[in-house]
Amino acid sequence: MAVKRHDGRKWDEPRPIVAKAGVIPQADGSGFFKIGDSTAYAAVYGPQEFHPRKLHDPKRGVIRCHYNMQPFSGPGSRGRPGPNRRAKEISMVMENALSPVVQLEDYPNTVVDVHVEFTETDAGSRCAGICAAAIALADAGITMKDMVASLAVGHLDGEIVVDLDGVEEHHKGEVADIPLAVIPSTGEITLLQMDGVTDPKLVLNAIKTGRDIVAKVAEVQRQALLDRYPADSPQWKALAKKYTEAKQ
Amino acid sequence: MTSELHIQERSIVVPGQVLATGLDYLPSKGTYRFNETIRANRLGLAQVDGKVLKTIPLAGRYLPQKGDLVVGRISDVLMSGWRVDLNTMYDAVLSLAEASNEYIKKGEDLTRYFAIEDYLVCKVTQVTSQNLVDVSVRGPGLRKLTGGMVFEVSSSKVPRIIGKRGSMVTMIKKGTDCDVMVGQNGVVWVSGEPKMQRLAFDTIKMIEEHSHHAGLTQQVKEFLEEVTGREVE
Amino acid sequence: MESPCQEIHGGKTMNDTMKKNFHDALRKGVRRDGRALTQFRDIEIEYGVSSTSHGSARVKAGNAEIIAGVKIDVGAPYPDTPDEGSLMVSTEMLPLSHRKFEGGPPGIDSIEAARVVDRTIRESKAMDLKGLCIEQGEKIWFVAVDLMPVSYDGNMIDLGVIAAMAALQDARLPKLDEDGRPLLEELSDEKLPLNELPIAVTVFKYADQYLIDPSEVEERAYDARLTIGSLANGHLCSLQKGGEGPLTVEDIEHMFDLGVSTAQDLRKHFQ
Repeated sequence: MAVKRHDGRKWDEPRPIVAKAGVIPQADGSGFFKIGDSTAYAAVYGPQEFHPRKLHDPKRGVIRCHYNMQPFSGPGSRGRPGPNRRAKEISMVMENALSPVVQLEDYPNTVVDVHVEFTETDAGSRCAGICAAAIALADAGITMKDMVASLAVGHLDGEIVVDLDGVEEHHKGEVADIPLAVIPSTGEITLLQMDGVTDPKLVLNAIKTGRDIVAKVAEVQRQALLDRYPADSPQWKALAKKYTEAKQ
Repeated sequence: MTSELHIQERSIVVPGQVLATGLDYLPSKGTYRFNETIRANRLGLAQVDGKVLKTIPLAGRYLPQKGDLVVGRISDVLMSGWRVDLNTMYDAVLSLAEASNEYIKKGEDLTRYFAIEDYLVCKVTQVTSQNLVDVSVRGPGLRKLTGGMVFEVSSSKVPRIIGKRGSMVTMIKKGTDCDVMVGQNGVVWVSGEPKMQRLAFDTIKMIEEHSHHAGLTQQVKEFLEEVTGREVE
Repeated sequence: MESPCQEIHGGKTMNDTMKKNFHDALRKGVRRDGRALTQFRDIEIEYGVSSTSHGSARVKAGNAEIIAGVKIDVGAPYPDTPDEGSLMVSTEMLPLSHRKFEGGPPGIDSIEAARVVDRTIRESKAMDLKGLCIEQGEKIWFVAVDLMPVSYDGNMIDLGVIAAMAALQDARLPKLDEDGRPLLEELSDEKLPLNELPIAVTVFKYADQYLIDPSEVEERAYDARLTIGSLANGHLCSLQKGGEGPLTVEDIEHMFDLGVSTAQDLRKHFQ
């Protein structure tokens, strides 16, 4: 497969990724995930008390996602702030993408709120959001069987590619853009959507071929969590210096 | 198939990470078996106990357990008791009978005993399967906290802040001349001279941040001795 | 249309004995993070943090972080100002940034912060609105700044003005095509017509002490506050008193001095 991509990437090459954990000190857990020019911040608050009481599930906790694009994060003119139907639908599919790994039975009657905000988007925002949210959930110490990794897969005129960007999404020929989320250990798929007219065989092939590449994103997410706990601690010396200098 | 351990004692592990392969190892807290592998199901420090694998959590909100000594905040005054915020997802209730050694009549002005925003050291006396929590302030050391400052740390770091048999917190008290109360729920109360209060706060926050490091007690000792110029042990 | 935030009132505050402890510490000049009472946190400004915006900036101060993004569009002028462009600054206290903000319509604190930030910048005449006119009575540039608290740790108004001004400095006007329609994804080299750098500094009063740039915890215990918007020449451009405590004229005089001199220091952080 020697597909030519406008930015020179190989078919199985995602855009450059930057992932971090613990970027929002006041949250119970947080994650940052930037892929190309799509940037997601995620904060987890919870498990916490669930209002109203009638929504309580005495057997398990509930994950509630809130997907929101900042007014300056889309192309063209300013977006209207606040949730619209698109944001509500994406929030719902994100909840479904993340819930299967989280051991919600550990948190009866509670809710885990996951807020995901975007400062810039260039295709693949829901996938970036899921990646950031999974980092935030793990950072919050929530019990979860695995990470959830997410990227779009698809094809351009029959050639399989991963992580389509904005230009590729608007490709003139035949194109399929399939946001996918994968549980790396089981290979199960927890997010699957598609737009565009295309051959089912091609779609199935893209999913089968792309799945393992998507799962590899989990390594980047795991590294982000490890980086939060550095092995050395020069801070003690720095803090001591702050005190001894103040005394003089 | 031969069994193999993929991590070392106290290495940091993340959800889904393979800790061991083969059927010889056994999963315990914070780990699970998936086919031939044992994996972590939370962010934590790996603990290898013979063939048993566990993780000690590095984050996570407090889950109340019977017998825990906690610092709670009165969030509401009820008909026959108080609602207590334990920095967790389940509210606790302090009943009249558990609030004082005196007899409190029903209908009495309960704010005479505890008012909203009062902080108390209390004990978790009961947790039901549906996480209804009862607390008591009757018992040695249990009391209302006045003055001082309150802040939160991750409850998973509390054992490190307290130290073995209270060694760490004793050192902080000695180094700062502060009264320090570390609740199992991660709510910490510190009271003393303002500068020393801040030193206690900074020290505890640093321990929280570096709880995954070995040799922490020694580092804290050196730090406090350097800053205060006196022995803390 | 609902927007996603509302503060939970009756959240954590300090009880009277802890407030007293806090005031005693302030009287001895001790803050939790070791700063002097009138010392602003170290400010870090990063320009150009959002590729989809027409200008953006990130401001960090301790644990507080705010991103501001600008979007520019072509619109019709208001009938009473046919030769002036338009500027709007909006702020939303995001539930992402702190657990005290909840979804739903904006709480009164959010609305106040948004309005004071907007006023400080607009009333300062920092932007030459006539310079935003493309065709009198027909076409003007419409400039919108949105403030996004990523991590909330107090002092939203002051940090918000800094972030908004940095984003406006970073912004470039979109190109126009041959028919004068804006190409919103192609930026020109032309900057916005900014001729002032307004800065807001809020002075907080705790019993008999003045303090600036409080953290979220410090914000829980103040008696009164006064936000002072000022320009490089020392003139004021906005005032907002907040909190239930009264201020004396002597308080106000002292607060003006503190606000204006702190603003001068903050200006040094800009490009």
